[in-house]
Amino acid sequence: MKMKNLLKAALRSLAKNKMRTFLTMLGIIIGVASVIAMLAIGQGSKQSIQAQISTLGTNVLMIFPQASSAGGVRMEAGSSQKMTIEDVTAITERCPSVAYVTPQVRSSGQLVNGNLNWRTSVYGVYPNYFEIRNLNLVSGSLFTMSDDRSATKVCVIGQTVVTNLFGTDADPVGSFIRINKIPFKIVGVTEKKGQNAYGQDQDDMVIAPFSTVQKRIMAITHIQSMLASARSEPLITNASQEIKDVLKAKHNLGPSEDPDFTIRTQTDIAAAATATSGILTILLATIASISLLVGGIGIMNIMLVSVTERTREIGIRMSVGARGRDVLLQFLIEALLISLLGGFIGVSLGVLVSQLIANILNWPVTITIQSILMSFIFSSAIGIFFGWYPARKAAGLNPIDALRYE
Amino acid sequence: MHLQCSGVAPVAGEDINMDKPIISVRALVKTYKMGDVEVHALRGVNAEIGKDDFVAILGKSGSGKSTFMNIIGCLDVPTRGQYHLDGVDVSSLTKDQLANLRNRKIGFVFQSFNLLSRTSALENVELPLMYNKKITSRDMRERSLNALEAVGLADRAHHFPNQLSGGEQQRVAIARSLVNDPVVILADEPTGNLDTRTSLEVMAIFQKLNRKGITIVIVTHEADIAAFTKRNITFRDGKIIKSVEVNKPRNAVHELANMPVMVEEEEV
Repeated sequence: MKMKNLLKAALRSLAKNKMRTFLTMLGIIIGVASVIAMLAIGQGSKQSIQAQISTLGTNVLMIFPQASSAGGVRMEAGSSQKMTIEDVTAITERCPSVAYVTPQVRSSGQLVNGNLNWRTSVYGVYPNYFEIRNLNLVSGSLFTMSDDRSATKVCVIGQTVVTNLFGTDADPVGSFIRINKIPFKIVGVTEKKGQNAYGQDQDDMVIAPFSTVQKRIMAITHIQSMLASARSEPLITNASQEIKDVLKAKHNLGPSEDPDFTIRTQTDIAAAATATSGILTILLATIASISLLVGGIGIMNIMLVSVTERTREIGIRMSVGARGRDVLLQFLIEALLISLLGGFIGVSLGVLVSQLIANILNWPVTITIQSILMSFIFSSAIGIFFGWYPARKAAGLNPIDALRYE
Repeated sequence: MHLQCSGVAPVAGEDINMDKPIISVRALVKTYKMGDVEVHALRGVNAEIGKDDFVAILGKSGSGKSTFMNIIGCLDVPTRGQYHLDGVDVSSLTKDQLANLRNRKIGFVFQSFNLLSRTSALENVELPLMYNKKITSRDMRERSLNALEAVGLADRAHHFPNQLSGGEQQRVAIARSLVNDPVVILADEPTGNLDTRTSLEVMAIFQKLNRKGITIVIVTHEADIAAFTKRNITFRDGKIIKSVEVNKPRNAVHELANMPVMVEEEEV
């Protein structure tokens, strides 16, 4: 039988039982729609986590000293004081994959402006910290390396600090504040960055030249950690290896000895967070797939009923020359039409539901082409798989028995 | 050229001896197994039906006449024996080849019409042609309309079976059986569900088709219907017990002409 006639026959028999066809399709529609919506939610949350992580800067490496130990008692991580400013210089000079590196010290400071005060973290870093962290200024300008060399008392403050010390929408550039009773001139205000992936307010901080904080506020000689950035994201592994080699040499450690520092990259953190949301996506998609499977069983059920009901029709067709293959194709095409049409409506419904979720619940939602294609392929595979058995049953009928069937 | 393959119709009688029968069966045996019991439906049947023949097969139920029809209609295969249809040895064919043979060489008419419901008369007639890939859509339409015209239903082409009377439905079925230019039309109790008048109408069509050269075999248990045919074969207990030429076949057209008066009397 020609394809055109087969399609016509299948469409006609589906049209004969509109309600039944629709209800059978509904199983597939709901299945596909839920797969699309669940994947969209899963993908959406994955992407929003990735976006939050990338606000930290995607090619950033953090270098911490190991824990110190005194008389066998080990202190907290990063408490070792072996890291010095010479390490920073060495990395700058000898690591080609590293674009920027800055020492970092962090202290708590009580900030005072007139009758307002606020307690926050004070970071001492090189100006290239802003490059590494993708920080921008909304007002004023950055301190310079010469500020660092002379330990000038200047600082850049975050939006939260501005709000608490100067009130909303104030521009404090040029004003003076006291940090732990030492007067600092505000030279710039950073752009609002919001919370990071762990709920920490990234705007609640003061950034000052490294030497200023190290010497004037903290009065220490070592550095607490370093922040570096690789020239590009793929170079992170290289950069990490280079830093490791340079620091081990600098600290007189042999190649087989354990390093006295730890290098952590954003990719590790991102990978962990992405994996978590990946598991969530798989879980949601699995549940949705089960409903798609149930829809497929619905098709099989209806096709079996249909074959029994139309035994006589099959007999008539066979008596005028339909081969088993023709009957098989006819029923298979019916099942395929149901599942494809159901798949199409399901995809549309799934997209609609995802948009509704995005708009009403304000959840991040991402619909990918892959998930749409996958649902389509999956639903037509279900049509063929579950349509096959009933179609085989129809094709295997004996023409005489089929004709006599009441 | 001896045809082994079923798919191709023989080149219209050129290679085949005109005397050679359309249907030829030798020692045909059919045994069914119903659980442990064997039912001998046919116990060695020999028969020949030639071109232009119009045969009625008579017999009580259980005599084997339906089994015989199913086998010569290629719907069933014999347990033993030989069957040649239009020179083709049917006994050795596969299911698909049998289907092709039914499609190209045989037309069926059933007692219960067996039309597809909710499908127009025209599309019902087109059905056998749909399973023949060589025929174009236009050809299909044209041949089907011609077949409907041959049974006098050209004006009913777009009616559905439930909009047609029993007689009209059977005529659609006849149109369907002849649309593929079969070598033989097989009719199983074609008048069984029809009243006297429509039975006559159907027989008139069969007689007309037979005069045009189509071989027709009908199964019936009504002797007066058999009287319209040229030859009567009687079955009993799986064997042919009698095969007689009908001396002077009744003419359905003439009898129809005399009918209306009677019909009116009945209606009063």
